[in-house]
Amino acid sequence: MFEVRVRKRVVIVEEVYHEGGPAAAVPQRRAAALAVIHNPFAGRFVPEIAGFMEDLNPLGLEMAKSLVTALGGDPKAVEGYGKGAIVGQAGELEHGALWHVPGGYAMREVLGGAKAIVPSTKKVGGPGTRLDVPITHINASYVRSHFDAMELGIADAPRADEILLALVMTTGPRVHARVGGLKASEIKGEDGLR
Amino acid sequence: MKAKIRKIVTFVEETHTEMGKAVAPPTRRAAAAAVIENPFAGRYVDDLTELMDMGEELGELLAKRAVAALGIAGPSAESYGKAAAVGENAELEHAAAILHPKLGAPVRKVLGKGAALIPSSKKRGGPGVALDIPLGHKDAAFVRSHFDGMEIRVNDAPRANEILVAVAVTDSGRPLPRVGGLTKDQIKGEDGLR
Repeated sequence: MFEVRVRKRVVIVEEVYHEGGPAAAVPQRRAAALAVIHNPFAGRFVPEIAGFMEDLNPLGLEMAKSLVTALGGDPKAVEGYGKGAIVGQAGELEHGALWHVPGGYAMREVLGGAKAIVPSTKKVGGPGTRLDVPITHINASYVRSHFDAMELGIADAPRADEILLALVMTTGPRVHARVGGLKASEIKGEDGLR
Repeated sequence: MKAKIRKIVTFVEETHTEMGKAVAPPTRRAAAAAVIENPFAGRYVDDLTELMDMGEELGELLAKRAVAALGIAGPSAESYGKAAAVGENAELEHAAAILHPKLGAPVRKVLGKGAALIPSSKKRGGPGVALDIPLGHKDAAFVRSHFDGMEIRVNDAPRANEILVAVAVTDSGRPLPRVGGLTKDQIKGEDGLR
């Protein structure tokens, strides 16, 4: 059992009206919830770290709920998601991997059981490091219009002994999606892929 | 709306601890940024009235977004700031036209008051350029605890022919202010300075 010590939280919401083409009737919205926490394993090799995943569950749920709120409050409006972590330089990449289970669990819980794997990325970096968080459709990973990404970061985080945790949700496809592939309207939504 | 908006992004930051010491309640600041088309990109235009008028519209829109992102009533805001980054095909004077003549009045209307100068910064840059928005107390510029700054960036803006315009609002000063000076409970708030 480790204490989850939050230094800072950030919420970023983007509304995309167009990207040079016709403006969308409803702008695409992307939101990211970020939390900067103390890394309890910084500065040394700790063999047993997996217990921290459970400790992160409540924070994950809070972040996932804050995303739904930032996107208007209706979980049904959420169509894409992703997650990521930036580990401060006194930590190891494996500490970022602790976010996979609690981050994914939290979003599925809040969205009422999404089927697709939550795409993710992670890295070690200093304050201001940017992270491109991959995004895919919540029920079918192959929906091509929903392959997307959101860049995020915080000027003063992560410090060496911190981890920046991120969850991302979107309300729709890329604003001018037109490269074919599986459509959101065609999915079965059973196996998480198609 | 005269401005052609491609994108609106809002940022909310909450600081819960600083150097391990709790910040209670957390300090909070928000920024709202719009990415607009620059009607004068790539050529010298003498009369910048069109940009000044856009500044007026954006002042109201972005101040409302920032206050809404904090979930507070306008008069509860404590400090503010504004900034703009023009794309590579622009003059710095375009940023000045957006920011200085007309943007401030509607911001002050949203916040109820605002006797102090709205601190500002501007620059020219490419997509993803960092904008450091200076912050100062909205009614008394000398309140030392509220001298601050907020960094924001939007990875895909400003494009060469775009302008990124931002308004930042807080409901608090720095997390653990202790360098003396005028405090917010000592101000008269009449001349904008003290």
